[in-house]
Amino acid sequence: MKVKTTVNGQVYERETVPYKTLLHFIREEIGLTGTKEGCAAGECGACTVILNGKPVNSCLVLAVEANDAVIETVEGEGAGNELSDLQAAFERHHATQCGFCTPGMLMSIRDLLRRHPKPTVEQIKAGIEGNFCRCTGYVQVIEAVLDATGQSAKKGELKHVS
Amino acid sequence: MYHDASPESLRYVGQGPARLESKQKLTGQATYVADMAMSGMLHARVKTSPHARARIIKIDTSKAEALPGVRAVVTGEELDYRLGLYVVDKYILAKGEVRHYGEAVAAVAADSVVIAEKAVQLIEVEYEVLTPVLQPLDAIKEDAPLVHADLGSYDYFKPAFTPQPGTNIVNHNKIRKGDVEKAFTEADYVIERFYTNPSVQHVPIETHVSIAKWGTDDQITIWSAAQSPHTVKNLFAVAFKIPHRNVRVQVPYIGGGFGGKAGIGLEPLVAVLSRKAGGRPVRLQATREEEFSLLPCRSGLQQRIKTGVSADGRILAQQMTQYWDAGAYADYAVNVQRAASYSGSGPYEIPNCWVDSYALYTNKPYSTAYRGFGHVEFHWGIERHMELVASAIDMDPLEFRLKNLLRPGSRTITGEEITPHTGNVIKCVETVAESIGYGKLTDEEKEREQRTGRKIGKAVAALQKAPAMPPFTAASVVAKMNQDGTVTLNVSLTDMGQGTYTSLAQLAAERLKFPLEKVHVAFETDTDRDPYDWQTVASKGLMLSGNATILAAEDLLKNAYEVASQILRATAHDMDHDDEKIFIKHHPGRSISFKEIAVGYAYPDGNGIGGPLIGVGRYIAQGLGHIDKETGQGLPALDWTYGAHGMVVEADPETGEYTILKIASAFDVGKAINTGLVRGQAIGGMLQGLGTAFCEGYIFDEQGRLLNPSFTDNKIPTAMDLPLEVDAYVVETAQIDGPYGARGVGEHSMISVCSALGNALQQAVGVELTHMPMRFEDVWRALNNKTPIDNWITKSPVGSCRSAPELRRHE
Repeated sequence: MKVKTTVNGQVYERETVPYKTLLHFIREEIGLTGTKEGCAAGECGACTVILNGKPVNSCLVLAVEANDAVIETVEGEGAGNELSDLQAAFERHHATQCGFCTPGMLMSIRDLLRRHPKPTVEQIKAGIEGNFCRCTGYVQVIEAVLDATGQSAKKGELKHVS
Repeated sequence: MYHDASPESLRYVGQGPARLESKQKLTGQATYVADMAMSGMLHARVKTSPHARARIIKIDTSKAEALPGVRAVVTGEELDYRLGLYVVDKYILAKGEVRHYGEAVAAVAADSVVIAEKAVQLIEVEYEVLTPVLQPLDAIKEDAPLVHADLGSYDYFKPAFTPQPGTNIVNHNKIRKGDVEKAFTEADYVIERFYTNPSVQHVPIETHVSIAKWGTDDQITIWSAAQSPHTVKNLFAVAFKIPHRNVRVQVPYIGGGFGGKAGIGLEPLVAVLSRKAGGRPVRLQATREEEFSLLPCRSGLQQRIKTGVSADGRILAQQMTQYWDAGAYADYAVNVQRAASYSGSGPYEIPNCWVDSYALYTNKPYSTAYRGFGHVEFHWGIERHMELVASAIDMDPLEFRLKNLLRPGSRTITGEEITPHTGNVIKCVETVAESIGYGKLTDEEKEREQRTGRKIGKAVAALQKAPAMPPFTAASVVAKMNQDGTVTLNVSLTDMGQGTYTSLAQLAAERLKFPLEKVHVAFETDTDRDPYDWQTVASKGLMLSGNATILAAEDLLKNAYEVASQILRATAHDMDHDDEKIFIKHHPGRSISFKEIAVGYAYPDGNGIGGPLIGVGRYIAQGLGHIDKETGQGLPALDWTYGAHGMVVEADPETGEYTILKIASAFDVGKAINTGLVRGQAIGGMLQGLGTAFCEGYIFDEQGRLLNPSFTDNKIPTAMDLPLEVDAYVVETAQIDGPYGARGVGEHSMISVCSALGNALQQAVGVELTHMPMRFEDVWRALNNKTPIDNWITKSPVGSCRSAPELRRHE
């Protein structure tokens, strides 16, 4: 069956099978592999994309459900080769380590910032609660979001004992 | 190397530049194995065992083979290759017998994952189910069923390990320092306890994934999410008895490892599928469930600790017996256990010390390296024990620790003398104690206790770890100058997120006196291209590859100066360089740019000299040796990184629910090469340690079936689990042989987090916790003197994790 979607402003029309998930459709049929699969069960959030304005675990959505949908993925977060303010803040604050959760994490935060342009720490934690990160311990992610939203450019400090 | 460089002279070391590869990761451009597609690529699935221990009577693959789109089916019967890092005990697919739930018995490669999955379901396996041995304390009994009846015929690494055929003991290490029996009789108090940890899963967000192509003439190419490409190559070549030069292992970006990808994993299986499918590339990505049971986990540990102390709080003797649950195969578990024997006392001076450390086969998923390499597990016991000993003799636990911690002049339990350069654990402990306001409650905290009805407890826990590695571990780095005068480093140490490549670039830029932007580290590792590195494990990468990087930079400069010397007609001694050119010190106007000599210098008449500039750095651990098998005495440690955690917790004295208010950590890193990366390691490991502390752990039924192989039933920490306040400190006692004084800290942040939590809960509500993890109901059980749930084999198979997550929301 045919599925037609708009991903990051580009229209894609692909033949697909009814059981294909949106995640696999995006990765395999469209060829955008930034969005990752971590558990295939809707638990880890690595596959988060924004579907018609709402963040979803794309492993739990069928491609056919996304017919005529507007989808945003990590590849649309920056402009061309330029990082978005959020991505640039992630870079400054060491908010990515292995990078595998990062694309999904960025999408959840993009959605959060639309709802709360200046989120509190508690709102940030709640906003990324569905995105597991095994590397960073989330602190530098939270600091990056505060910086990207103009609330605190202060870098977390590694304190030296003299 | 350069450990005494003055901070003012350093341009990049000690700063916090962004990761070299951050833009790739932030834009989704970084390519991981699962993102790779190859023409003709097939997809594999695995048939796994539903039993913990069973004899394989028959495997019928005929229906699977008949399914359209299936290109290869393999079973254990047709494969005669055994693998093992230290004890060669594991077939690629189970042969004759399955030894753990989730073990691979057959595999299929097909045109799509869907067809492969369907084919796997069509494979029929007939088993004779046998009674499994699940507990290490049962496995060590004389009449226990043998997990490996053929243990005596296995090859193993003889200088370090001692398997005991006819038993389930795959290794036993001893430490014998002083006379413990005599010291116990002289002690004023003798305190003995038993501590346990369950097995846990690493949970990299990227599951294991490999692609292999077994080409013509046995040319094998493997693309894998593997921490140690040269180890994959070596074990593969040895197992298949093919020349090393035929095996090429490429590692693109890795989505986290934590030790779970340290050795060899899915690679041999996909390779034999490719061979059977006529050389087409085959890909296998583990499902999350397979990550828990097909692939390895962290060993469980049960240990008895008996300590004799004097009335004034000095440790006189300590005897420890560790029973490590290796699971069905030895993999890294025997080396985890060995490292835990010689480091087993924690950072304390103990004049009389005996350790007996056993790695035991059981019919459970096998275990491997996991961040901390045994130290998270045994420090749970050690640091809880120190707290309990202090309480028993009515001494403040901090004071007790400070009295017994290692200091210059102390000797470790293997007889190594601590020097002023070894690192300062006392400073680490004092730092975290001060950070949490140890020993008293602030007015705000008192008010909080009043308001909430909860009790606040504060505690510390110390830690130590040295790299567990062969004493002759080596690394190498090649630095190549590009035509524009920039430099590319080739290394086969991998960067799985820990950030070592960025630190190596900083070290190279520092030594070359080049801007950091001019140094690139080739990200996708390739054993055909990149020089040897043993493995990416043990928190040894920065030190060994860092030193090799400095040596490669120096070699590159030496070669550049040699060419410049001819062109400028001056001795190298009289020359210096900046980031663009080499010049004569006393005639600074006479110079030659790096650009002009990068790939060979050409005179105006076309004559050439020099050739491409390449620097080679080789480094090997120095002065270490195998420890004595009978006494455990010797020098096994490249370096000791010490540290401590301080914890403030508030707990409900009736229900056992608790909230962590603050964690402070301090590590003596020698020199923080990249402050942002070190802080990332400190905080990331802390939260991973908290996961181990408050909810993670394998739960089996009495038949040995894993009940919780998912994030629903085996949760890991989310952002909501963060303590309200987190502080990260470093102490910098320079390591003389570390690059600019640095030592590794990748694993240490995870160690002693659980013991700090246990200690803080004890201080808050008086519970004596000795079993991990500490879910709310475990604290409640301890408060009400109920028997702890022991070692996670349950009679009532209800997979559960930390209860009532909505109760842990912060106010």
